[in-house]
Amino acid sequence: MLAFIVQRLLQAIVVMFVVALISFSLFRYVGDPVNNMLGQDSSTEQRELLRERLGLNDPVPVQFFHYVGNALQGDFGLSYRMGKPVDELIAKRLPATIELVAVSAVLALLFGVPMGVYTGLNRNSWLSRSLLTVSLVGISLPTFVIGILMILVFGVWLGWLPTFGRGGVVDLGVWQTSLLTLQGWSHILMPAITLALFQLTLIMRLVRAEMLEVLRTDYIKFARARGLRNQAINYGHALKNTLVPVITIMGLQIGSLLAFSIITETVFAWPGMGLLFLQGIQFVDIPVMSSYLVLMALFFVIINLTVDLLYYAVDPRLRSQHVGGAAH
Amino acid sequence: MADIKNRPLLEVRDLRIEFPTRRGTLVAVDGVSFDIAEGEVLGVVGESGAGKSLTGASIIGLLEPPGRIASGQVILNGRRIDNLPYEEMRHVRGHDIGMVFQDPLTSLNPLYSVGRQLIETIQTHSDLSDQAARKRAIELLGEVGIPSPKVRIDQYPHQFSGGMRQRVVIALALCVNPRLIIADEPTTALDVSIQAQIITLLKRLCSEHGAAVMLITHDMGVIAETANRVAVMYAGRLAEIGPVDEVIKRAKHPYTDGLMGSIPKLSGATERLVQIEGSMPRLTEIPNGCAFNPRCPKVFARCMDERPDLTHVGRSEVACWLYDQQMERTGSDG
Amino acid sequence: MAVQVHPNEIVPSFGRRVVDSVHRFFDGDVFHSFRSSPVAMIAFAVTMLLFFLAAFAPWIAPHNTDDVSTLNLMNARLPPFGVTDDFGTEGVADFLLGTDDQGRDILSAIMFGLLVSLEVGFASVILAAVVGTVLGLISGYVGGKLDSVIMRIADVQLTFPAILIALLIDGIVAGLLPRALHEELKIYVLVLAIAASQWVNFARTVRGSTLVEKGKEYVQAAKVIGVHPALIMIRHVLPNVTGPVLVIGTLSLALAVLTEATLSFLGVGLPVTRPSLGTLIRIGQQYIFSGEWWMTIYPSLALVILVLAVNLLGDWLRDALNPKLR
Repeated sequence: MLAFIVQRLLQAIVVMFVVALISFSLFRYVGDPVNNMLGQDSSTEQRELLRERLGLNDPVPVQFFHYVGNALQGDFGLSYRMGKPVDELIAKRLPATIELVAVSAVLALLFGVPMGVYTGLNRNSWLSRSLLTVSLVGISLPTFVIGILMILVFGVWLGWLPTFGRGGVVDLGVWQTSLLTLQGWSHILMPAITLALFQLTLIMRLVRAEMLEVLRTDYIKFARARGLRNQAINYGHALKNTLVPVITIMGLQIGSLLAFSIITETVFAWPGMGLLFLQGIQFVDIPVMSSYLVLMALFFVIINLTVDLLYYAVDPRLRSQHVGGAAH
Repeated sequence: MADIKNRPLLEVRDLRIEFPTRRGTLVAVDGVSFDIAEGEVLGVVGESGAGKSLTGASIIGLLEPPGRIASGQVILNGRRIDNLPYEEMRHVRGHDIGMVFQDPLTSLNPLYSVGRQLIETIQTHSDLSDQAARKRAIELLGEVGIPSPKVRIDQYPHQFSGGMRQRVVIALALCVNPRLIIADEPTTALDVSIQAQIITLLKRLCSEHGAAVMLITHDMGVIAETANRVAVMYAGRLAEIGPVDEVIKRAKHPYTDGLMGSIPKLSGATERLVQIEGSMPRLTEIPNGCAFNPRCPKVFARCMDERPDLTHVGRSEVACWLYDQQMERTGSDG
Repeated sequence: MAVQVHPNEIVPSFGRRVVDSVHRFFDGDVFHSFRSSPVAMIAFAVTMLLFFLAAFAPWIAPHNTDDVSTLNLMNARLPPFGVTDDFGTEGVADFLLGTDDQGRDILSAIMFGLLVSLEVGFASVILAAVVGTVLGLISGYVGGKLDSVIMRIADVQLTFPAILIALLIDGIVAGLLPRALHEELKIYVLVLAIAASQWVNFARTVRGSTLVEKGKEYVQAAKVIGVHPALIMIRHVLPNVTGPVLVIGTLSLALAVLTEATLSFLGVGLPVTRPSLGTLIRIGQQYIFSGEWWMTIYPSLALVILVLAVNLLGDWLRDALNPKLR
């Protein structure tokens, strides 16, 4: 167990190192930081001074070392566009994105898994068929179109829900939450549903497909041949085996929720990190871009690690395999 | 062994299994009838696709849709079971009829310990407490020859070897003392060296528990060693059924004859193995008359358009026109 | 296909293998499944109709929205024909689906936008398919270190969502190139970015099929008599992967169109001078608050219909070629 975790942690560190390298080269070689910070018509002395101050005259490995050192302390430099420290900008935006993604993930799982199980077990019921048809439409509907439609219907025509921003935010010191007020919930509802819808259909289809696959296996046939109760077969034997591959995909899906939050945040003017990143790209604000990259990678690594551990808990085959600390 | 006076344990009457497809209905099993007596071992042989496994699956009520029993009856202990509602059939499965599948590697749920699967099955069919069920499970593991069952019971299937897993599967099939075990190619997926052990174990346990066995296999050697009677299937039909020594030594049906010819004998080592020309027809292309007629070395006019029924010949029953009364009079070299 | 090993005919000819695979592909089963699936037929018809509208947009569109000089601000923000907007303006037949803020005919803009979306979509799928197939073939056939390197890259990339990769590539290129040049090359950057996010699917599938084919006797036989590995791959392995590649290609087209639309919607896609469907939706989005929904809803509808039709077609194709999944 310990060997397994250590091994995974080592892998995670390697991944983070590579991402830091990419992010550093982005910072160092894409666009000239000095030009970006001082503008074209600065004097040579000013430039040289800044180069020295930023450490751009040091050997590259030393620069990288400094970069990683600073990043570990949460220092990603100044935003070219806004002239503020990037970590402050992110700290302000992070809670909005995390809350949006968390609410969406919960929605997607809460509805997606039971719907997938139902459609897998009752292949030919009319409800299954209609759910599947609707889900195909859901997969073909781009996130931003869903968002626009929701704004048009519930915001403009019906006037039920607010169409932008976070609304009533409660300040908890380091974290500003919109989940503690009714007004906050009214703001998060549409963006969260918009973001969740695609994942929900995906999870439903995936669970259904896995369920059908598992129901065809020999051990399910053998379980039936032993006269086990249907419930025990479907929810004990089949569902548990279904969840093994589904866990991985769900891990990936949380990653893509983070990515798709960029779109949702744009549609609903949600003041999260995605919006920050998008503006960073539009204005070639490299420090913002590279720090977003590092942060995303960190999220992904954490998610993957969690998925691995969950796997480990669910599948006994892995447990014994990793007794000797062997890889795969 | 087959005592006809008492009612047999299992009666299969005129079983017909169909698969509806786009291009019409396929008849996979057609007019199959046989009995299995208490404690008897009936071997069922035939090439793959002959309908052996489907017959077995239909007895235990586990035909995969769209396959369905189109007509005929399955009677267990005098009670018709082919038309039971799902819940009632579920009680029959495991409790009255057990089943052993081909591949022990895939028959066990990889995520549950062996003990959990045993205890679950025991408790489904009895009122035993958790502790009593566990005790019974350990006994069973010991019975099927798994060393240190007290430790092994909490292990997972992947921690067992193939042969050991098949022993677990047998323990699972036998755990509530069913009257009949359907063993579908129980040794095909195993190493040759282990096959004999598993067959011996299956036979010993079944006779100890008083369970009859329907042993489905394509291996005549296994049948010869294990079975009391043997049924030969070809293209969804019974070609011949009878006591094992009679069928092996005095095969009546030309197909059975061909099957026996393809087994190497230790005595006549120089003799060439006889092969049956051609291959079994697809279900879509079963010829009129006797299904074996395209490959039969002794085929004659009548085989081409009339289908033979099972008739008593000696101690066996055979579906072949060679043994029709009239034909015997006109004389044939069969 | 069982192949007998005769010295002269150790391998079936390339032509025959292609014909064979085309046959296997569109043999009775696939064709039958097409004719018996109304969904597939409708999806096919809709897809073809949209392709037609896009391809012939310059000739059949009621207005040439590509030419800015024909625009008249007097016609700006007209509602669709038969609709009266909140300000009491009535739609006119000349602008069936209404006009946008510049006075552009929405219907024509959609047709031209479809063309742009499909151009980018096809270009990136073809690029991804070629790169992915070649890498998959090499990875599967050569194996060893090369294989693990390619597949490791694929694994890592698969964990990163397509949008993020495309956005990053766009951002990096924007940083490397001067602004004017970047605008000019935008469409290529876009194609590259989308293709980069899609090659993995092709590579994985082709690698899988290659591994299967590689083990077969005729490939071994060809190897033994000294046929060049590249030739073996092209002649024997390639025809066998056409099916899966076609399925993935179809589904990828839907995804590529979606990705392009999303990027354009986010404002990092194509410049406003050549609006794709995504750009049209973005431009129209700000007008929904004043009730002028047609500017964004009609392009959205066109996008959704296109993606849905192509997806349905791909889904059907996958099922038809792989009956096991049904």
